[in-house]
Amino acid sequence: MTAFTAVIARDLRLAWRAPADSATVIAFFVLAVVLFPFGVGPEPQILARIAVGIIWVTALLACLLSLERLFQLEAEDGSLELIVLSPAPLELLVFGKCVAHWLTTGLPLIAVSPLLALLLNLHVDGYAALLLALALGTPTLSLIGAIGAGLTLGTRRGGALLPLLVLPLYIPVLIFGVAAVEAAVAGLPTRPHLLLLGGLLALGLPLAPIATASALRQATA
Amino acid sequence: MHRFANPARFLRLGAAIMPWSTGVAVLSLAAGLYFALFASPADYQQGESVRIMYVHVPAAWMALFIYTSLAATSAIALVWKHPLADLAAKAMAPVGAAFTALCLVTGSLWGQPMWGTWWVWDARLTSVLVLFFLYLGHIALNNAFDDPTRGARAAAVLAIVGVVNVPIIKFSVDWWNTLHQPASITRLAAPAIDPAMLRPLLLMAIGFTAYFVSILLLRIRTEILARKLRTLRYMQGAEAPAPAVAGERI
Amino acid sequence: MRNLAEYFAMGGYAVYVWPSYAAAVAVLIGVLIASLRSLRARSAELEAIEGSLPHRSREERPT
Repeated sequence: MTAFTAVIARDLRLAWRAPADSATVIAFFVLAVVLFPFGVGPEPQILARIAVGIIWVTALLACLLSLERLFQLEAEDGSLELIVLSPAPLELLVFGKCVAHWLTTGLPLIAVSPLLALLLNLHVDGYAALLLALALGTPTLSLIGAIGAGLTLGTRRGGALLPLLVLPLYIPVLIFGVAAVEAAVAGLPTRPHLLLLGGLLALGLPLAPIATASALRQATA
Repeated sequence: MHRFANPARFLRLGAAIMPWSTGVAVLSLAAGLYFALFASPADYQQGESVRIMYVHVPAAWMALFIYTSLAATSAIALVWKHPLADLAAKAMAPVGAAFTALCLVTGSLWGQPMWGTWWVWDARLTSVLVLFFLYLGHIALNNAFDDPTRGARAAAVLAIVGVVNVPIIKFSVDWWNTLHQPASITRLAAPAIDPAMLRPLLLMAIGFTAYFVSILLLRIRTEILARKLRTLRYMQGAEAPAPAVAGERI
Repeated sequence: MRNLAEYFAMGGYAVYVWPSYAAAVAVLIGVLIASLRSLRARSAELEAIEGSLPHRSREERPT
């Protein structure tokens, strides 16, 4: 357990010392969302209709942006081999990395999302559902993303490869995340959608660290 | 399991199977084409366009069947570290991607007269599209490493992650589809398919499967040769610092 | 002759039916040709490289 908290603490300290990394992700998120009104026109009704979709899709892409360096530093300075060889179970350490990744990207994304919803004229009833859906969905994005980051370590063109591997696996999160908010706006119960998002998270919590750990073992073998 | 790890033994077995699978493929594809294009009735609703089904549906079956095989092969490669399983997975992925592409193209060609548009976000078409991306990711990852063993192992993990995700993606796409799809578009629900239509369908499916077996054996042989080549080049490089050999990428 | 033309018209669906079968044939033959070509290329390379390894007989060759 100490190794687990140590991994999280270390990553948070690193993020604290170099806040530009997280800030870049948030800046990308905001900027990409702001581009949409220029693309589809400023009509409030149109923007309100597609607001959820824009926010979720952009959140996926922003999450992707930060994944590439999830294990990059460790792989370059050799500490990844120490992590893999450490007596603590690698799955747990990987899970710690995912938690740290979510704290440094997922959480800030959730924090700025109401502001973006405001810019896109999202219906008032959708805000609570949006925050809840993002809170349940973004951890799954970090977990699935970690698999992709582990698999593409040491590839010739990791940055271009990662989206190809990870984005198809993100589709269920996107579908249920958007459906929850649309249900809330339509006055329908959001519970089933949120439960399904929670179910995806419950599946990802044990399975994704196992897959990522096996990817990392091969990367350092 | 490791009985076939010896490439020579596998090559002998493959050489024994190859004429049979090729023969079955040629015969059933020929018979399938005859029944599909001549000796089967037109559908009372869809008219002659129903003939697209005889390539579309078997292609969809192959897309799923090859992905399942890919995941099973990947599991063998990871659990038993079976050297031939790596090569087999690498050999079958592009064939699966080709069948998936065929399924998408023919689905689009069938959709235009039936739905009045080249593409609808129908649950099945969408799922197959995602499957196509899973194949592309697998192929890209397999070729992304300088060390082919590393690429094969990473791609194997991805295939297993993918196969866990395929039912989830299918379910979520179905769910999404029922939320958004206007009820006017109904896929042909065939409760009892006419035997005269079943015959070409099954013949084409058998033909595609036998074709896949032959192509797979051929491609595994190529991969075995490629591995031998790498070993020889490595040894050559170790014995005398020879100039770099072009065409290492395979 | 009229029957043949009628057959090829596929009840008005010719534009969709024939390209479907053309795509199927193209995929099957395309994959076959690509696989055969790379098998031939590997075999040729292997022969060339084996020719340059004079003191190693075929039986001893590692796989």
